[in-house]
Amino acid sequence: MTDSVPGSAPTTDAVVRLAGIDKQFVQGTQAVTTALAGIDLEIRSGEFVSLIGPSGCGKSTLLRVIGDLIQPTSGTVTVNGKPAERARRDRDYGMVFQAPVLFDWRTVEDNVKLPLELMGYDRARRDARAREMLDLVELGDFLRHHPYQLSGGMQQRVAIARALAFEPSILLMDEPFGALDEMTRERMNQEVLRIWERTGITIVFVTHSIPEAVFLSSRVVVMSARPGRITDIIEVDLPRPRDVETREQPRYFELVTDVREALRRGGDVEEGAATEPPVASTERTLAEGGVG
Amino acid sequence: MSVATAAGGGFPTTTGALARWIGRVRFYLPTLLVFGGTIVLWELVVRAGLLRGFPLPAPSQILAALGENWAAGRWPLARAAAATLFEAVGGLLIGTTAGVALAFVTARFTTARELLLPLAIGASAVPIIAFAPLMNNWFGVLNPLSKMMIVAVLVFFPVVVNVIRGLTQVEPAALELMRSYAASEWTILRDLRIPNALPYFFTALKVSATLSLIGAIVGEYFGGANDVLGRVIVQSASALRFDVTWAAILLGAVTGIAFYLAIVAIERLVIPWHASVRAHEP
Repeated sequence: MTDSVPGSAPTTDAVVRLAGIDKQFVQGTQAVTTALAGIDLEIRSGEFVSLIGPSGCGKSTLLRVIGDLIQPTSGTVTVNGKPAERARRDRDYGMVFQAPVLFDWRTVEDNVKLPLELMGYDRARRDARAREMLDLVELGDFLRHHPYQLSGGMQQRVAIARALAFEPSILLMDEPFGALDEMTRERMNQEVLRIWERTGITIVFVTHSIPEAVFLSSRVVVMSARPGRITDIIEVDLPRPRDVETREQPRYFELVTDVREALRRGGDVEEGAATEPPVASTERTLAEGGVG
Repeated sequence: MSVATAAGGGFPTTTGALARWIGRVRFYLPTLLVFGGTIVLWELVVRAGLLRGFPLPAPSQILAALGENWAAGRWPLARAAAATLFEAVGGLLIGTTAGVALAFVTARFTTARELLLPLAIGASAVPIIAFAPLMNNWFGVLNPLSKMMIVAVLVFFPVVVNVIRGLTQVEPAALELMRSYAASEWTILRDLRIPNALPYFFTALKVSATLSLIGAIVGEYFGGANDVLGRVIVQSASALRFDVTWAAILLGAVTGIAFYLAIVAIERLVIPWHASVRAHEP
């Protein structure tokens, strides 16, 4: 991996730059799955970018390539002007997964403090940051609770608080609200936007929900499967701040239709764009094998 | 799970405690009735002479044997049970320590683990108790260490298998999370793998508590000092004092249950957050 992308005039505010990313997974001795092919993408500072696509299009894999949890077969990932691995070691990433991945043996507060402990914050700063972050996600009254005492939506808010606690420059979210009911999901969308506006953090958000992608994003990156490729990038020009009424504007519906058509153009969408789970878990298994 | 109930659970009121107690009694009542009924039935069947030619003492005779033993001074049966428990606990400590140590070493190295885990699973299916006469021979039939070693070998494999599982079967996303923090392997072990393995460890301990007493008593069958449960059982049975045999078995059962409950109590203290412990709350 090289330090800079040769030949390209770097845009000054590109936080993430992907150039010519390919990713093949080797299963067993022979079968090779091409998860990603020829991905080029730049993400600007403070952007909210969604990755959307049918099952198996590699959007979760792409997110992990950005976060240096999976190494690409070829191509370069540059984050904050350095290779992804450096960025990970510099703790530039906050991660939120579909499952909250809270540790049952820690209280809510101690879960948020986990990264702070690992990163050597002193006690006073850990306390202050954990409180601040839990206040931000409106769980300030649940410091001493254990994760199993909270609802799914609340657990995911704790996960977000934990991801933001050490002030990473990029938040990577992998279908964070995929397991939540529609009402909770919409509330969480609103919450994420509020946090994003307040912190100015760059967010890369994997989803299989078209309305969610449109409502949240500055840009929606549309991918197609086999091999995973970027087929379209749709600018979302809805005014901000966005709220419940945003979802009722004609422009919102136009954009939802645009994304849906882009997905259909992207190829064999076997009605898969809205129902993902089984293949997403396969992706994850592959990811595990790939990382070893 | 709603937060309201969780928060409410934190403030037990008098009526709440009473209701919980009544609930508990109601929960265990059928079990107690069946148990008591069986004892009464046993007593009646024996007294009615329905088991002629099949020497089974009535519960009252077993209790009488216990009483007689106690009246003889210093209660030899209880001391025998204590000696056997000593062997069981000692063996459990040796076997568990060795098992945990091996699990830690192998969990760290994928190849070693893949080699060893099938072996350990296979070995835990072997009737290891068959090695008891060998252990008596190696470590001295009169030395309690010989029984401890039988117990140690018996509990070793369940501990290895369970602890390896606990250390390695970690949620993949949790590992990704730790990697995203650039956490070292040591940190991942301390903050993720070890806490994750604790419930597995206690599962192994609970199985081992029962196994260890079986191991100690059966080991004693093959010879040893006289003041242990296994010897009392063998000798009283050959002297046709079945009331004493049953009294010894009863003490063995009580000791086994007490040992098991002690481990459950420790489990509750150490991992109160785990679902298996939480599920016990009625």
